[in-house]
Amino acid sequence: MSTARPRPFYTGYGRLTPLWFLAPAVLVLLVIGIYPTLFAVVTSLRRYNLTRSRDGFPFVGFANYQQVLGDPTFWETLGRTAKFFLCVMPFEVALGLGVALLLHQPGFRGLRALARVSLVVPLATTYAVVGLLGRLIFNRDFGIANSLIGLFGVPSFDWLGNSAGAFAAICVMDVWQWTPFCALIFLSGLSMVPVEIEEAARLETASKTALLRHVQLPYLLPGLTAMLILRSADVLKLFDVVFTMTRGGPGAATELISVYIQRVGFRVFDLGTASAQALLLLVITIILARVYIRFFYREIE
Amino acid sequence: MPRVGRLLHGAGLLAVFAVTIFPFYWMVSSSFKTQTDLLASPPVWLFTPTLANYAEVFADQKVVGAIVNSLIVAVFSTGLAVVLGTPAAFALARYEFRGKSDLWFWFISNRFISPIVLALPIYLVAQNIGLLDTHLVLILVYITFILPIVVWICTDQFRSIPRDLEEAARLEGASQFDIFWRIYLPLGVPGIAVSAIFGFIFSWNELLYALVLTRRAVQTAPVVATSFMSGYELPWGKIMATGTVIVLPVTIFALLVSRHMVRGLTMGATK
Repeated sequence: MSTARPRPFYTGYGRLTPLWFLAPAVLVLLVIGIYPTLFAVVTSLRRYNLTRSRDGFPFVGFANYQQVLGDPTFWETLGRTAKFFLCVMPFEVALGLGVALLLHQPGFRGLRALARVSLVVPLATTYAVVGLLGRLIFNRDFGIANSLIGLFGVPSFDWLGNSAGAFAAICVMDVWQWTPFCALIFLSGLSMVPVEIEEAARLETASKTALLRHVQLPYLLPGLTAMLILRSADVLKLFDVVFTMTRGGPGAATELISVYIQRVGFRVFDLGTASAQALLLLVITIILARVYIRFFYREIE
Repeated sequence: MPRVGRLLHGAGLLAVFAVTIFPFYWMVSSSFKTQTDLLASPPVWLFTPTLANYAEVFADQKVVGAIVNSLIVAVFSTGLAVVLGTPAAFALARYEFRGKSDLWFWFISNRFISPIVLALPIYLVAQNIGLLDTHLVLILVYITFILPIVVWICTDQFRSIPRDLEEAARLEGASQFDIFWRIYLPLGVPGIAVSAIFGFIFSWNELLYALVLTRRAVQTAPVVATSFMSGYELPWGKIMATGTVIVLPVTIFALLVSRHMVRGLTMGATK
């Protein structure tokens, strides 16, 4: 065509050049990520119970999916995962905002720096170790949680031995570990507020809430959306802390979706059903990821 | 009034620090307690520290072996992810081509995949080709979550490198690979280092894949720490000493990249 398009200002490469640079990473991710996923699709269409492998692994069509979708436990587990998210998220957001505001406030430079750096520690702590710590902290006989509530005259409590207590305990550990995440995101939002605007607003009003609502809030909202979406994805992935702290128990009180699928797959060895469950979880995750990417990576396009 | 406010501010900051650090402090201090002090009720704050727990941990072949395993897996998976990820990041940062944004999305969306989704099929595949309980299978699997981080952070870093440099190099006849190898890699070292540290932390901390894909030979540190949690009377001192040994290196790494922590965890959703 003769209608010459505006030449890109930089053309020092052939059409295939990007391919050579991208191929290794793409190939490896395809082989490790996609191939096993296809394998799981096939498995999910079979009866694939390792404890009854003598019967072979016959194809059963969508029977596994039917079974999973009709399985009240699967839905209860998803519901419990949602409940967990709804329990921890308000605390993480509210406390995170409070911490960020404290850290943003001028004054106490050294102490602020110290508190800010300390926020990194929970985020890096090995999740499995957080679970082990949770077991020590919430121990019925010598845990520090009980002596803490004892200060307020509340009698000792077998946290991990009953449903409500165990659920509360994993929530507390999660809030401890992830409030810093929210705080750091809010803090970077606060630091985006142009200094002149913030100074002017401070002169105009003494009210901190007015400052927060009219000046700082717009800079906090993008971070809040990021938090909600990333944390919801993380809760769907949450396994380590729960597994080490409660193994999903007592009963099924703390059995979140990843813990449940792991049990069906690797403690009951019903890999057909577990594959179907995992793929359904994958679908949920992909939907979430699309929403997320819609929100945050528009600039790239 | 301002003085009260200032006092509250200081107290608030102290409280943040104390609550954030407390579990970490509790783990470390517990690792220096004797079993008697550990089982004391109410818990003791002042005690004569003992190194017995650490002596026990480092005498335990299982723990030492597990730490070596974790180290091997973390170093090789991170190294491979950097080798594979930096050229990809270069292409994403510097070239225009069809399907670029789709490819980008695909890299990023790996951040969202729950390990259990991949753990099942990888278990089946690894079992079929005899890769269960090897370092290799863990190294390969860990690449799936380290690579996207390397690609993200390095793309960002490469974009910030001024283009004049490569224009000059091209005039002197440098190939695209030369430009990548002699300009972008050396100048991108800060970003590469940050992404490598994140890769190491995530790999070191991983539990689910390691639990599912290993048996005895290549159990990693988190798996072994978890395995102490059975039996009637738990060796709490040893468990907490193991926990400390596991957590200490990643905490130090995390402090090194603390300025980039949010970026690493959100894959740049917030700048």
